[in-house]
Amino acid sequence: MPPESSAIVEARGVHKHFGATHVLKGVDLAVSKGEVVVIIGPSGGGKSTFLRTLNFLDRPDSGEIWVNGAAMGAPEAGSGRAKLSDAGLSRQRRQIGMVFQQFNLFSHMTALENVMSGPIHVLKTDKAAALADAKRLLALVGLADKEASYPGQLSGGQQQRVAIARALAMHPSVMLFDEPTSSLDPEMVAEVLQVMLDLSQRGMTMVIVTHEIQFARKAANRILFMENGRIIEEGRPQDLVDSPRNERTKQFLNMVAEGS
Amino acid sequence: MIWDWEAFFHYIHSPYLLTGAGVSLALSIGAMLIGLVLGGCAAMMRMSEQRWVRLPASGYVWLFRGTPVLVQLIIIYTGLPQLGLQLGVVASALIGLGVNEGAYLAEIIRSGISAVPKGQFEAARAIGMTWPKTMRIVVLPQAMRIIIPPLGNAFNGLMKTSSLASVISMEELLRRTELLVQVQFKVLEIFIVSALYYLFLTTVWGLIQSRLEAYASRSVAPAANVPVPADAT
Repeated sequence: MPPESSAIVEARGVHKHFGATHVLKGVDLAVSKGEVVVIIGPSGGGKSTFLRTLNFLDRPDSGEIWVNGAAMGAPEAGSGRAKLSDAGLSRQRRQIGMVFQQFNLFSHMTALENVMSGPIHVLKTDKAAALADAKRLLALVGLADKEASYPGQLSGGQQQRVAIARALAMHPSVMLFDEPTSSLDPEMVAEVLQVMLDLSQRGMTMVIVTHEIQFARKAANRILFMENGRIIEEGRPQDLVDSPRNERTKQFLNMVAEGS
Repeated sequence: MIWDWEAFFHYIHSPYLLTGAGVSLALSIGAMLIGLVLGGCAAMMRMSEQRWVRLPASGYVWLFRGTPVLVQLIIIYTGLPQLGLQLGVVASALIGLGVNEGAYLAEIIRSGISAVPKGQFEAARAIGMTWPKTMRIVVLPQAMRIIIPPLGNAFNGLMKTSSLASVISMEELLRRTELLVQVQFKVLEIFIVSALYYLFLTTVWGLIQSRLEAYASRSVAPAANVPVPADAT
């Protein structure tokens, strides 16, 4: 039964184990249209894993993920299967864009080919339309002049912006960002965060895992603090960053503030 | 008896040996294609998460890499008829060499695919590519860069290994060389001609292989070609 809420993405009671480690211990989250949710917290707390369960890159052991009113990975009614087919799951993933810490651009394709890869091979968009859209998106992330460059010829920040354009080319209804600036040199962090800020202002629904607290404060509608596989505290950015109620959140924010 | 140049030049364009070389080449190509199909399947199967899918493929690789191809050829041609399975010379040679080659290619293909970073699979899955599409569009093109050099070497080896088919009376280059020697007695001259034919085949293949390698590496080549500024040191 689909959730009654108007959420674009909704997670209910998500649990995940890796071997003997209980990584996610019942995580709930509802993200409504146009909302920007930022997840912060110490490494190993389950943030990235939780993000990856949202598009089933990591399949939850229990719990449900609903995207646009459909349960991720649930078999079609009457199919008699225990799991959704590979093709069915792939169809569901089209509506969810994902940006990775390591960019993961297809290294044998140029920037333009990377952005076109989804529309051409997955959506079967006609070539001219896909090309026009890809050029528009590369211009949007400020890389119109890098169309013909291979990932190996681009800086980390440029690669990450191409990766954002590649995800946007699928016209997803939500974008997931998994520590998008964590492997960037400091001088490149700003250019990526700027693109993300622009996106949020255009009304894109986003779930972001990051350590950039100041960015979170500026861009987020809501911040979640996650530790030990649970969401410990959540609130509006000003409230959570400036006056956290939870002791652990306080400690974490102090630590991050000292580090920067 | 000393070296006979006249005989050497006579046999070097003997249609009889040339045809034999053509048969060797065709046999090698045929066996390679069979090997690629079998090796590709075995490689995919060995990467499966299901034990019962992995096991048969591992068994195949273990069996055919663990026994001499010459023994395999003889078993297929002279042993199987005992079980009522009678294969002709050409079929036996193609299957014997192809199935053996597949076991080696499986390992080459598997290591090439394993060398593609996990993030490439994940990015492809995240934009909604199905598993076959992920392999075809994203993984295999990148794996090719790693696979082609050992694959080329395997084909080079196969062109020479194909001479083993002479043992089951396949009339390829070596068999024809031996038959010719038996009636012409110019042993050294004829065998040298034969060796030169093999050398010609492997040399031409070497040239083709370097073209293929350059093509498969085209996405990494440009970065390496960026001129280093004179003051860079």
